[in-house]
Amino acid sequence: MRIRLEKRPEPSNFMLVATPVASVLLTMIIGVVIFEAMGIDGVRAVKDIFLTPLLASYKWQDVAVKAAPLIIIGVGLSVGNRANVWNIGAEGQYIVGALAGAGVGLLTAGLSGWWVLPAIVSGGVLGGMAWAAIPAFLKNRYGVSEILSSLMLTYVALQLLSYLIGGPWKDPAGRNFPQTPLLTGDQLMPMFVPGTTVHMGVPIAVLVALAFWALMSRSVFGFQIRVVGSAPNAARHGGFSARKTVWLALLIGGAMAGLAGVFELTGATKQLNLGFPSGYGFTAIIVSFLGRLHPIGVLIAGIVLAVTYVGGQVAQTTVHIPNSTAGIFQAMMLFFILASDIFVRYRLRIVSGRPAAAEPEGARQ
Amino acid sequence: MSFDVTSTLMTIVGISTPILLAGLGELVVEKSGVLNLGVEGMMLIGAIGGFAGTVLTGNPWFGVLAASGGAALASLMFGFFVLNLNSNQVATGLALTIFGTGLSSLIGTAFVGRIVPIFGSPFPAELARHPFWQLFFGYSPIVYFAFIMVPLVAWFLKSTRWGLILRAVGENDLSAHSIGYSVIGVRFAAIAFGGAMAGIAGMYFTTVTSQMWNEKMTAGRGWIALALVVFAGWRSGRLLLGAYFFGLLIELELLAKGAGFSLLPSQFWAAMPYLMTVVVLAVISARETVGSNAPACLGKPFLPSA
Amino acid sequence: MHSTAPMRLKLEGITKRFPGVLANDHVSLAVRPGEIHALLGENGAGKSTLVKMIYGVMQPDAGQILWNGQPVTIANPRAARRLGIGMVFQHFSLFEAMTVLENIALGLDASVAQRDLEKKILEVLDTYGLKLNPRRVVSTLSVGERQRIEIVRALLLNPELLIMDEPTSVLTPQEVEQLFETLKKLSGEGRSILYISHKLHEIKALCDTATILRGGKVVDTCVPSMETSRSMAEMMIGGNLKEITKSAGREMGADKFVVRGLTLKGEGDFGVPLNNVGFAVRGGEIFGIAGVAGNGQNELALALSGEERANSADAITISARPAGLLGIEERRKLGLCAVPEERYGHAAVTDFSLSENAVLTARVRKKLASGGFVQFGQARSYAKNVVADFSVKATGPDAMAGSLSGGNLQKYIMGREILQSPEVLIVSQPTWGVDAGAAAAIHQALVDLAGKGSAIVVISQDLDELLSLCDTIAVINGGTLSDKRAVGEVSIEELGLLMGGVHGDPEATAEMTEAMHAHQA
Repeated sequence: MRIRLEKRPEPSNFMLVATPVASVLLTMIIGVVIFEAMGIDGVRAVKDIFLTPLLASYKWQDVAVKAAPLIIIGVGLSVGNRANVWNIGAEGQYIVGALAGAGVGLLTAGLSGWWVLPAIVSGGVLGGMAWAAIPAFLKNRYGVSEILSSLMLTYVALQLLSYLIGGPWKDPAGRNFPQTPLLTGDQLMPMFVPGTTVHMGVPIAVLVALAFWALMSRSVFGFQIRVVGSAPNAARHGGFSARKTVWLALLIGGAMAGLAGVFELTGATKQLNLGFPSGYGFTAIIVSFLGRLHPIGVLIAGIVLAVTYVGGQVAQTTVHIPNSTAGIFQAMMLFFILASDIFVRYRLRIVSGRPAAAEPEGARQ
Repeated sequence: MSFDVTSTLMTIVGISTPILLAGLGELVVEKSGVLNLGVEGMMLIGAIGGFAGTVLTGNPWFGVLAASGGAALASLMFGFFVLNLNSNQVATGLALTIFGTGLSSLIGTAFVGRIVPIFGSPFPAELARHPFWQLFFGYSPIVYFAFIMVPLVAWFLKSTRWGLILRAVGENDLSAHSIGYSVIGVRFAAIAFGGAMAGIAGMYFTTVTSQMWNEKMTAGRGWIALALVVFAGWRSGRLLLGAYFFGLLIELELLAKGAGFSLLPSQFWAAMPYLMTVVVLAVISARETVGSNAPACLGKPFLPSA
Repeated sequence: MHSTAPMRLKLEGITKRFPGVLANDHVSLAVRPGEIHALLGENGAGKSTLVKMIYGVMQPDAGQILWNGQPVTIANPRAARRLGIGMVFQHFSLFEAMTVLENIALGLDASVAQRDLEKKILEVLDTYGLKLNPRRVVSTLSVGERQRIEIVRALLLNPELLIMDEPTSVLTPQEVEQLFETLKKLSGEGRSILYISHKLHEIKALCDTATILRGGKVVDTCVPSMETSRSMAEMMIGGNLKEITKSAGREMGADKFVVRGLTLKGEGDFGVPLNNVGFAVRGGEIFGIAGVAGNGQNELALALSGEERANSADAITISARPAGLLGIEERRKLGLCAVPEERYGHAAVTDFSLSENAVLTARVRKKLASGGFVQFGQARSYAKNVVADFSVKATGPDAMAGSLSGGNLQKYIMGREILQSPEVLIVSQPTWGVDAGAAAAIHQALVDLAGKGSAIVVISQDLDELLSLCDTIAVINGGTLSDKRAVGEVSIEELGLLMGGVHGDPEATAEMTEAMHAHQA
């Protein structure tokens, strides 16, 4: 007896939705087991990580503020991932975006007017795009793998951040801490819900997801991205340039990462310091896959991951789980979602007897 | 400040050895047609595994076993996902890196602050500490192992039947399958080898370079090892050259920092190896001939129709 | 007759079922020692499935295989080779970047020292008069040479039965003749050969016996030399041979598609450079480009369709407008449509629906997109039209392209382009791997399109197809295109020589003519 894979005539829509849910559930179950093995109350820990942030209303604002950058970056990365353009340097683009925003912030310090914030935000978007443009250029011009170049540039971005906030852009009033001056007045993102930490970036993240949904499902551009990712030769036959697609995918990914970075700066941290890079750029890769590269899926997945961030902190204080378990949980979710891809396209059949092979003659050359 | 040639050379060896080992492992994996981006994660698992094994048993050779075994096990998990379930290799490799980072930190919490004796030279102290001869005899066994593995991997790939089969699987998996070779079996073996090598490479950080555990202490060297494979055009001899080139670069950075070069900020020197990796990749990739040695099936899923 | 000796191979009631298809239905046949036995049938008749079971690639669901009189189970190809069964596949399982020697070593089950292996290979090459350099890298070899690698690989194992799956589909007529000589020599040594083909004249010239498969069943066994090609064809297809109906007295219009001095570098390591290619096709004309695979057809098809840009604007003109530097989308606007050879992943995206695949190439001419947005409603109705007009068997416009059979998908792709009423249509291998019914429909559609005044270029390796379909023909060899000739005025001998790259060598011509007569007989 053995298990055989049988290709479905059409991808299963049910599995498309069910597998991410199952991945999260499976991660929770394995989480209980791991925690118990570590001598921690597993049920309590998993409940704190995955449910408390949803049940306790005072945690909602934290979830919303953490979900926003994950959604924005994740939606942008999904475009690239669909086209098989692997931008894994969104963290770097997020940092450089925030840096560019902070740069505009320095230039506009003390100024007021409706245009100040848009200028800072545009700076952030352009900064993220510029950082992503380097791998795009290297890929198209020299054939350098964007996987390696975008990641290497993240390390460079970290050093750039460290240099700027500790040197030329250091806050003179910061008691020699490496940090930029606080943004003030019109430089700051208005709050969406007064009296909370929920800034305008949160509703914008939802709008971004909706806009990308329309773009990806209805536009010729979205069609192009999907064709390039599914069948590069067919894309060329259809008149879609692979080079242009690389440019677009990376620039969009960079722009979104930059946007998320500058929102974080203007809406949450108000200044840059060494603690600013928080790994949103990497986590967003998981968000993108957990959301099945679909903007609405990414919206939900962004919230799920934000919940685990917030819940992880809860569980750290309640049952004292180590900080690093978050990474393991995220990796497990990613593993499961990637592995479950196969259920979307294939059906598992348990067959008895001798191994048999799949396709009849002439069905496919 | 005095400039000590011997210790400089020895530092370069120390920097180059882990990237060389991880690169050799990845080279074999990629030659079989699989792209495993989890090198960084496997190195971290090896780093903590080797450290923990050494601490718990007091014997660094058990550390080697734990480092290579642990990382190989993690790589087999990757293998199961990409080979049996045909999951996307790029994303699964990333997941492995995230997993390795998390797992190593988790295990590492129990070992923070502990120190192990250096996994040092197997030669008598007269040679290992000799002002001149230490240049040849003063290294950890891992260094000698790396040196032996370079010609061994080259010989295996070029001249043995198993090497021929491995290359064939990476070149054209469907043909290899139709002749009757087990594509998945060969790839599993290659992936496990790559994992074990990355594990030993990681152990170098915790038992030789520094004798303690720090989170994320491999600091992106796993990614540099990946770049190195491309740089070397999938040839183990050139991998050796490449690893030492990067070793030299990083050592220059340390020297520049140490000498207090104030013209350029220290962050510039810290960013240098990563920048240089990108630059070198561009230069190498621009020359057309290099790509021709890349395995034709690299990173593609194996989908036999019969 | 060796009445006492057991049959080399005997199949009894072999049955193989796939989901939805009965690929082999109680197939029985017997092969004597030294016999060249043809397995004749259309694409999809079950030939490949049957030989895959004999070679151990898959297992029968029911039935028995007898080898030299003994019942055997052939678990895998290795077991088949151990018994003495060798196989030469239709699609060679070769490793491009490796040498001939390495390729052959991979095909052997035991490790042999390189030097000994090379010696053995040279012996086999010498014995059967085959020419091949063991040190060459496969990517530099012609298709004929590649096939020789597979043959040598099989012969080194000293097989008692050699299975050849459609061995001539990629060879020049000259190479076919050389192959036949080798096969006859092998049968003279008492080795049996199972020869799979749908080419009747070859089977008449070569085989002692033929088993004819249709729809997975054995419909007849005959002695090919006692049959006419027509009678065997009727057995194979089931008695309804359809002829293409060309409307009589078709008027050719003015030159519609003109190519002049088209020169391109070959892309990458394995590409063939195009060398000063030129031809003109009139409205209403079907122009065929013949040639052996790998002589620049792919590169030419890409350059003509616009997937690759040409060397100058004037190198290609569509209805007198220069188009050489335009991309494929701009050329479509000028009225040029194209059907590439590879259906899966080039002409169509397999995991997209038929209506999405309509958007792929018809969005400009059929206005399936406007203002940057895809008009999915229009795309659906266009896909529906194509499915209806070209009798594509599909569940509807939402069916995944990959779920269609090869023939049906090809009909859909042809229909998608033809219903755009192109001024110029470029088609590569229009009926490759397509069943006879679909092939006839596709040929008819091309003739009808030409009847409406379009200029059509057909690139094909199937000379029979080109000769029956086209008005004019030329041969591509090594990236150079021969002069265009009217189909009625050119002999198969001349085409064969051009395909083999022989230009005016008298000795070769004489040899060739002789071979061709044998070929046509």
